[in-house]
Amino acid sequence: MYVRALDVTDFRSWSAAELPLVPGPCVLVGANGQGKTNLVEALGYVATLSSHRVATDAPLIRAGAERAVVRCAVVSEDRELRIELEITAGRSNRARLNGAPVPRPREILGALRVVQFAPEDLAIVRGDPGERRRFLDELVVARSPRMAGVRSDLDRILRQRAALLKSAGPARRNAGSLPTLDVWDAQLAATGAALTVARLAALRTLRPHAGAAYAALAPTGGELALGYSSSLSAALPELAAPDADPDEAALESALLAELGRVRTQELDRGVNLVGPQRDDLELSLRGLPLRGYASHGEGWSAALALRLATFELLRDEHPSGSDPVLVLDDVFAELDSARRDHLALVASKAEQAVVTAAVAADVPEQLQGAQYEIAGGTVRRVR
Amino acid sequence: MYEGAVQDLIDELGRLPGVGPKSAQRIAFHLLAAESADVERLASTLVRVKNEVKFCSVCGNVAQADVCRICSDARRDPSVICVVEEPKDVVAVERTREFRGRYHVLGGAISPIDGVGPDDLRIRELLARLRDGTVTELILATDPNLEGEATATYLARLVGPLGIAVTRLASGLPVGGDLEYADEVTLGRAFSGRRRIDAMS
Ligand SMILES: Nc1ncnc2c1ncn2[C@@H]1O[C@H](COP(=O)(O)OP(=O)(O)O)[C@@H](O)[C@H]1O
Ligand SMILES: [Mg+2]
Ligand SMILES: [Zn+2]
Repeated sequence: MYVRALDVTDFRSWSAAELPLVPGPCVLVGANGQGKTNLVEALGYVATLSSHRVATDAPLIRAGAERAVVRCAVVSEDRELRIELEITAGRSNRARLNGAPVPRPREILGALRVVQFAPEDLAIVRGDPGERRRFLDELVVARSPRMAGVRSDLDRILRQRAALLKSAGPARRNAGSLPTLDVWDAQLAATGAALTVARLAALRTLRPHAGAAYAALAPTGGELALGYSSSLSAALPELAAPDADPDEAALESALLAELGRVRTQELDRGVNLVGPQRDDLELSLRGLPLRGYASHGEGWSAALALRLATFELLRDEHPSGSDPVLVLDDVFAELDSARRDHLALVASKAEQAVVTAAVAADVPEQLQGAQYEIAGGTVRRVR
Repeated sequence: MYEGAVQDLIDELGRLPGVGPKSAQRIAFHLLAAESADVERLASTLVRVKNEVKFCSVCGNVAQADVCRICSDARRDPSVICVVEEPKDVVAVERTREFRGRYHVLGGAISPIDGVGPDDLRIRELLARLRDGTVTELILATDPNLEGEATATYLARLVGPLGIAVTRLASGLPVGGDLEYADEVTLGRAFSGRRRIDAMS
């Protein structure tokens, strides 16, 4: 697929911008702070309904404006789809597909598929487990948009449960709140099992792609290993196996049993102690975890390998083989020549690659296609 | 900020559900420009609704008398009770014309975030209605979202041991939504396709 046009109104620094795009490489060139990342962030937002830079919507709306609008025309298998998203801080967003409102924005997920690589991705390797869960869950949702609902249900169940655990705490396990806790336990177990199964399935499919991508980026650097560490590992040792494929019902009962086991502790501390919100994607090289051990170069290679693997996986799995849009935000200046060349090779073969750089010279030869100058609040196609 | 009464009105309107600051301002100036008679009618309706409307002592629905029209209608089947969250849900179910039993309005759903637990809902009143054996089926028509599901599961577990058939509306309702937003056909279909829930699940 490719994006034929991206228009934004009051998004980030842009009061209005129209960016017509073409298949193949599209390079956005402009000095720092001119709004290049803001434009690709808008694409990412349409694809995932979240930003890779911020957790809330407020910063996405231009300072002083009330709402931001992102419009995007996507061509996939010769059909054009118009997606429109209205972002209002503190309220639910609104979305339209081909002009018709959809009941909830989540329904546009899957209409535009984007794989983005940006300097922030180093956090997947070096950051908290939350960064890796986010990476994995993004993949889960990209493979199956329906899972976005499961994810948001899980978040809400955890918040409800935390509120109940906190209020039951002062009453010292007051008997009255226990039957309601049972109900939330059941919901957490069912939802948590569904998400865990989907994560493990995504991981099984990702693993060979990630191994191959890492080997191509760092041929002598050893093998990149991906593991899943679960708060259930003690109760369900089979989860630790690299190709773990547990039965969802078994996982649900294990979660439920574990919730029973830690209940007193949860009530004492007033927090959720078990569930996929505490799991981690373990990345290691030569038996050492990347976090805390990897060199700067290894970190970049691993982060890039994970993104390229995601790209290959989503292309492979799509029924008609249509590519996701590849977005490379300000990354070429950071990479050494071997990694640069490999990334350029992959990107040059993508159906569409949107690349940003401060100067055109940062962008490898193979990607010198359409070029846009981003300066002074305007977009101009220069090649 | 406006002066005195205008700002007070905007503030009051802004406290209403679904009314943001912009809309509050729009409504306030609409009222300012309206005919006095129209505004007086609105004001007196507001006062009347608070003074005259009661909640049915049996089912908790809004009523003009101590007992609502549905509860006092002898033609309605007393052996089936449909449990809903809010009075507006009674209206939604009535619109489908699929249901000839009685209602029980809980007054919300279990939601620890909002500080709402079972004791804050009309659950004790529901259990009292089930005691004499008249009721043989309980239809749980709480909203198709997490809190509605949690409330339904809680009730099913509570009532199951009493030997009363407990059913839940069939799926097909827009998940995560509000019962009142389901159209009549969908809601009607969900009613006729309701399924029994196992008290232990
Ligand atoms: N909500 C917002 N309102 C106005 N300006 C914003 C907003 N968010 C970010 N900006 C501005 O956008 C600029 C950064 O744009 P960015 O796209 O990151 O630049 P680059 O071209 O270097 O990628 C900064 O000057 C920042 O102040
Ligand atoms: Mg940037
Ligand atoms: Zn009544």
